[in-house]
Amino acid sequence: MLIYILKRMLGMIPAMIAISILAFTVIQLPPGDYVSTYAAQLAQSGETVDSDMLNSLRDRYGLGENVVVQYFKWIGGVVQGDFGQSFEWNQPVTELVWGRMAMTALISFVTLIVMWSFSLPIGVYSAVRQYSAVDYIATAFAFLAMATPNFLLAILLLYVSTMWFGVSVGGLFSPEFVNAGFSLAKVWDFITHAWIPVFVLGTAGTASLIRIMRANLLDELHKPYVEAARSKGMPETRLILTYPVRVALNPFISTVGWVLPALISGELIVSTVLNLPTAGPLLLQALKSQDMYLAGAFILLNGGLVLIGTLISDILLAISDPRIRLS
Amino acid sequence: MSVDTQLPPSDDDLLDRQIDAGRMQAAGQWVLIWHKFRKHKLALVSLFVVGLIYLVALFAEFLAPADPGKFDPRYTFAPPQSIGLFADDRQGGQSFQPHVTGYKITLDVKSFRRVFVPDPDVIVPIGFFVQGQPYKMWGLFPSNLHFIGPLDQSQPFFLIGADRLGRDLLSRTIHGTRISMSIGLVGVGLSLLIGMTLGGISGYYGGMVDRAIQRVIEFIRSVPTIPLWLGLAAAMPKDWPPLQIYFAILIILSLIGWTEIARVVRGRFLSLRSDDFVIAARLDGVSEFRLIMRHMMPSLYSHIIAAITLAIPNMILAESSLSFLGLGLQPPIVSWGVLLQDTQNLRAITQAPWLFVPGICIVIAVLSLNFLGDGVRDAADPYAK
Repeated sequence: MLIYILKRMLGMIPAMIAISILAFTVIQLPPGDYVSTYAAQLAQSGETVDSDMLNSLRDRYGLGENVVVQYFKWIGGVVQGDFGQSFEWNQPVTELVWGRMAMTALISFVTLIVMWSFSLPIGVYSAVRQYSAVDYIATAFAFLAMATPNFLLAILLLYVSTMWFGVSVGGLFSPEFVNAGFSLAKVWDFITHAWIPVFVLGTAGTASLIRIMRANLLDELHKPYVEAARSKGMPETRLILTYPVRVALNPFISTVGWVLPALISGELIVSTVLNLPTAGPLLLQALKSQDMYLAGAFILLNGGLVLIGTLISDILLAISDPRIRLS
Repeated sequence: MSVDTQLPPSDDDLLDRQIDAGRMQAAGQWVLIWHKFRKHKLALVSLFVVGLIYLVALFAEFLAPADPGKFDPRYTFAPPQSIGLFADDRQGGQSFQPHVTGYKITLDVKSFRRVFVPDPDVIVPIGFFVQGQPYKMWGLFPSNLHFIGPLDQSQPFFLIGADRLGRDLLSRTIHGTRISMSIGLVGVGLSLLIGMTLGGISGYYGGMVDRAIQRVIEFIRSVPTIPLWLGLAAAMPKDWPPLQIYFAILIILSLIGWTEIARVVRGRFLSLRSDDFVIAARLDGVSEFRLIMRHMMPSLYSHIIAAITLAIPNMILAESSLSFLGLGLQPPIVSWGVLLQDTQNLRAITQAPWLFVPGICIVIAVLSLNFLGDGVRDAADPYAK
């Protein structure tokens, strides 16, 4: 098992390098370099431009040298925890990203758990009672949810809660808790706020997971081993949960590989609409103002989050399926 | 599990079925697919809806009552008007006169908002095929004929309401249909080009090339798409003309969207490569190009059509998300996503909930394309039950 995990982690290295190159490409795309932009900004706001400082910045990022050198200077910093300078916020990127990324990771993780805990029982039920009322409702819901862009769902929810309940939803904490330390009251406050983004983010994913679980289980239900267990008089509920569901679970677990990227993509839009303190709005703002080191750091970390998620799902898969563990 | 297995079929039925079976044996691939597709009622309805949406996209200028850019500050957030068929005439009776109800506009002193109250005394006569604002059909043929509109151009005509600048939302949504649906179609065309080439190479040659391309696909699929699209879109110079931005967005979307098509094509090529008829053709000395184009491609068409139909809705959703966030298409180009930007303002939607209409269009388009794609996929698989 340990060897399997080690192997998987080694396999992550090329992917990590590829993501870093991608993030660096995004950093490089806008025309002009940041130091010149920064200098122009300073000059515009009437501050004195310190040419020594600009030169040291140029040297720091290897500007003016070839792209490969720039890449290595940047990635060298990243490995030591230095993501460069945010020119818009006039702060090191590191100070800006971690808190936001933690929130993104938390929201994504909670949403994933919620998605699984809803789609698993509904998917199993719809497969076992195929063409029942519940099955039809679940199927209709799934198609509708997959066709609704999640930003639309977020706005609709905002609209409904403002018009009908007179409360505005948004943010992740009430004002009095934003800077408060950790306490049970704060956790509860988080839950009362977080269900909205979790609901919006989870809907489409839950829908497709229900479809996947239903299809997987339907494939298994009519296999001979199920008939054999049934003919031996095994109670139906136990039979289904012990054998076919366990087999059908495998593709279900490995969906993390594409559910997680979709979650992070969706999170960006939903957080922007609901104004959450996660990575999304800051990344969007950074891209719009071409604050590229900040944007690059987010793209890199988002990729890293997906890799970690995929690793966890692979480990879960190895635990649930001996064939993967032992090969 | 059809009903036939329980009821003994009558002689007529049997005869019908024999004739049917005879015809089916001689039928070509497309006839078989169509026959199977027709049984899928939901897909059939979806085909009709999708066809309708593309017709709207094609004849946008003619169908829209007004120019999408025509604004009138007097009618900021004017609510939808209801259509009536009969109106009072001068003699005091009722006569047939299609019309919409006019507004009485008052100013709310407290909130400084215009308040629109339908005024049954003011009617705006409307008609089909009316002369209205001049336009150029497809940018080529000058005309001023509109499918529906007010007889007097100076009168307000807002069937689904007006937006912040008093522009007709219906006209804008109809023009948005053209942009959104064409982005889907052309974007998928581009994805198809990349996906077929890479997927074909991957599946046909196998080995190292295959492995390399597969790694690339896996990698692209594991990157969160929206941040990446945004990163690429943010690099576009802001002073580009709208048309250039349109094509840039198309390219950005398809650079990431080709992987699913490549996967389908590769899978088919891999399984076809070792099929008897392909091996036979190869042993007969058929050239590689002819082998691919003449022998392998025909068994791929149906799968490709299904993959395309399922890829278009993703493109539409992606474009609307990008435009919604302000990094996609830019006004004056209108797409459903651009129109939905207005809904980001909570005050605007509480005052004018009809701004959600383009969103409903997205849901309907995506839903029917998904059903259509599912139907085609099921019909195209000759081995399905």
